[in-house]
Amino acid sequence: MLRIDDVTVGYGERGVLEHVTFGVESGQVVALVGPNGAGKSTLIRAVSGVVPMKHGDVHINGNLLSRLSTMQRARYLAVVPQARSLPPAFTVYETVLLGRTPHLGWLGRTGPHDHERVQYALEQTQMLPLAERYVGELSGGEQQRVLLARALAQDTPVLLLDEPTTHLDLQHRESLIRLIRRLALRKNLAILMVLHDLNLAGLYADRVALLVAGRLQAIGSAAEVLTAARLSQVYQMPVRVIPHPEYGTPLVLPDGREDARP
Amino acid sequence: MKMPLSRALALSLLMLTAVLILSVVIGPVNIPPQIMWSIIAARAGWTTISMDEVGIFATILLDIRLPHAVLLLLTGAALAGSGASYQGLFRNPLADPYLIGVASGAGLGAVVAMSIRWPEDLAALYVIPAAAFIGAAITVMVVYSLARIGKSLPTTTLILAGVAISSFATSLTSFLMLRSNEQLRRATGWLLGGSLMSGWQPVVALLPYVMLGLAALLASGHALNVLQFGEEQASQMGLPAERVKFWLVLATSLTTASAVAFSGIIGFIGLIVPHVVRLLWGADYRRLVPLSIVSGGTALLVADLLARTVLAPQVLPVGVVTALAGAPFFLWVLRRAKNQGYW
Repeated sequence: MLRIDDVTVGYGERGVLEHVTFGVESGQVVALVGPNGAGKSTLIRAVSGVVPMKHGDVHINGNLLSRLSTMQRARYLAVVPQARSLPPAFTVYETVLLGRTPHLGWLGRTGPHDHERVQYALEQTQMLPLAERYVGELSGGEQQRVLLARALAQDTPVLLLDEPTTHLDLQHRESLIRLIRRLALRKNLAILMVLHDLNLAGLYADRVALLVAGRLQAIGSAAEVLTAARLSQVYQMPVRVIPHPEYGTPLVLPDGREDARP
Repeated sequence: MKMPLSRALALSLLMLTAVLILSVVIGPVNIPPQIMWSIIAARAGWTTISMDEVGIFATILLDIRLPHAVLLLLTGAALAGSGASYQGLFRNPLADPYLIGVASGAGLGAVVAMSIRWPEDLAALYVIPAAAFIGAAITVMVVYSLARIGKSLPTTTLILAGVAISSFATSLTSFLMLRSNEQLRRATGWLLGGSLMSGWQPVVALLPYVMLGLAALLASGHALNVLQFGEEQASQMGLPAERVKFWLVLATSLTTASAVAFSGIIGFIGLIVPHVVRLLWGADYRRLVPLSIVSGGTALLVADLLARTVLAPQVLPVGVVTALAGAPFFLWVLRRAKNQGYW
C-alpha cells in the first residue's frame, strides 16, 4: 500500500502542496481530482521522487521512499505520465521493454522473464498488433497506451497515473479505466490516478481525493466527496449532481444555462 | 534495419580493415600489396624476407603509414563514439563532441603552448598535446559548473554555457594567433586537423585515454536509451539521471579531448557518422555507440586518404576534407531521414 504523509512542496515562499496526507490500499483505485493548478501533477511528481519535498514522506509497503535509491524506488512505483512526446525512433516493443529498467543490470541485458512481462503488458493494453511500429507513427491515444504498457512492464505494487485518458476516445477511455480497475483487483496494485473527468472518477474509483490549491480538501467515497455544494464552491460554477441511473454513483453536470443555447 | 549487432559489427569491421589496408598501401610511394603482406608476415614472425627487397617499404609501412593510420583510426573512433553519446545525452541531432567546449578549450591550450618557444622535439611530443588536453579539461569544468542548477544539470544550460565559453575561448585563441604570422601559420595548421608528430609515440600516448573513454561509452548504451525519455521519466524508470549525465560528460570529454590533443580539431566526424549509422541500423544506443566507433575510424581513414590523394603531391589538412565532404553529406542524410522513424 501507498502512504502519503504530510507532503509539503514549495518553491521559496510559494507553497504548491501543503500537508497532504492520505493512503491508497493495495487493490484500491484512488482518483485524484481537483481544479487546474491544484497541484495534482506535482503530487505525482513529488511521490515519484522527481520533485523535492520540503517535508513529508512517502511509504510503500512500509518502506520509506526517501531511503531508497532511484532504482529501488522504481521497483515499487511506476508512473504513467501525461502523454508527452515519446522518443519517436523506438518501436513500441523497445519502449515497453525499457520499462524493465529497474530490474535490469546497468548494461540493460534482458532475459526471458523480461520479455514475458513485456508480452503481458502489450496484451493487457491491446498493443500487441502494434508492437513493431515506431512510436513516432502512433496517435496520441496509442502513445498513451504505450506509456501504460511500459509502466505495467515495470511490475510494481504501486501505479501512479497522470491523466491517462486525455487523448483517448470514448471506447478506449472506458477500456483503459476498466483495465486499470482489473489490474488493481487481480494484481493487488495500489493505484493513484489523476483524473479530470469527475464522472469517470465516480464510476471507477474506490475513493476520491479532492485537491484544491495544494490542500487535500476531502477524501472518501465518490458519493461523499462529489456533492453539488462542494463542487460548486471548488469549481466556482453552478453544478448539479444526480445519481447514475444504473449504478447510483454521482454524475456531475454543469448547471445554469444563462449563456447556453436554448 | 534490424540486422543483429554481431552481423552489423562484422560488416563494419570488414570495411574498416579494407580501408586500413588501402590507407597504408597508397601514398607518394605505393606499396604493392604482396610486399605489404610479406612485411607484416615477417614482422609477425611467420616468414622471413630479405631486407634488400623490402627495406624502404618496411620503413614506410611500419614507421610512418601504419602508425599514422592507427592514430587516425583511434581519433575517428573517439570522435564518432563521443558524438553518438552526446547526441543521446542532449537528445539533439545537432550535438557534436565539441558542443561543451572541448575543441575551443583544446585549441586555446595548444595555441598558448605554441606561442612559447620550446625546443622543437619536446614541444611537439609533450607540451602541445598536454596543453591542449588541459585546456579542454578546464573549459569543460568551467562549463559544467556554470550549467549546474542546484543538484541538477539541465541540458539546456549546459549547451548554452558551452556555446558561450566556446566563443570566449575561440576569440582568445584568435587574438593570440594574430600576434605573429609565424604563429598564425603553425596554429592554423594544427587547428585544421593534423598531427604534429609521426611514428608510434603519439599512438601509444593516446591509446589508454581513448580505450578508457570508449569502454565507458560502450557500457552506456542502455543508459542512453533510457535518457531519451527525458530526465524526469528516466528517473521514474529507475535511472539515476544526474549521476549518469556526469559520467557521460566525463567519458566523452576525456575521449574527445585526448583525440583533439593529438590530432587537432577535425570536424563533422562526430556529427555525421552517428547519423549515418542511425539511418542504417537504428536508434538503439547499445548498437549505435559501438557501430559509430568502428565507422568513425573508417570515415576518418577515408577522409585522410582523400586528403593525401586528391591534390597529390600536396597534402590537405584532413579537417578541411571532413568539412568539405561532411556538410553536403549531412544535408543529404537529413533529406533522406525526413520520413522514417529515424530520430
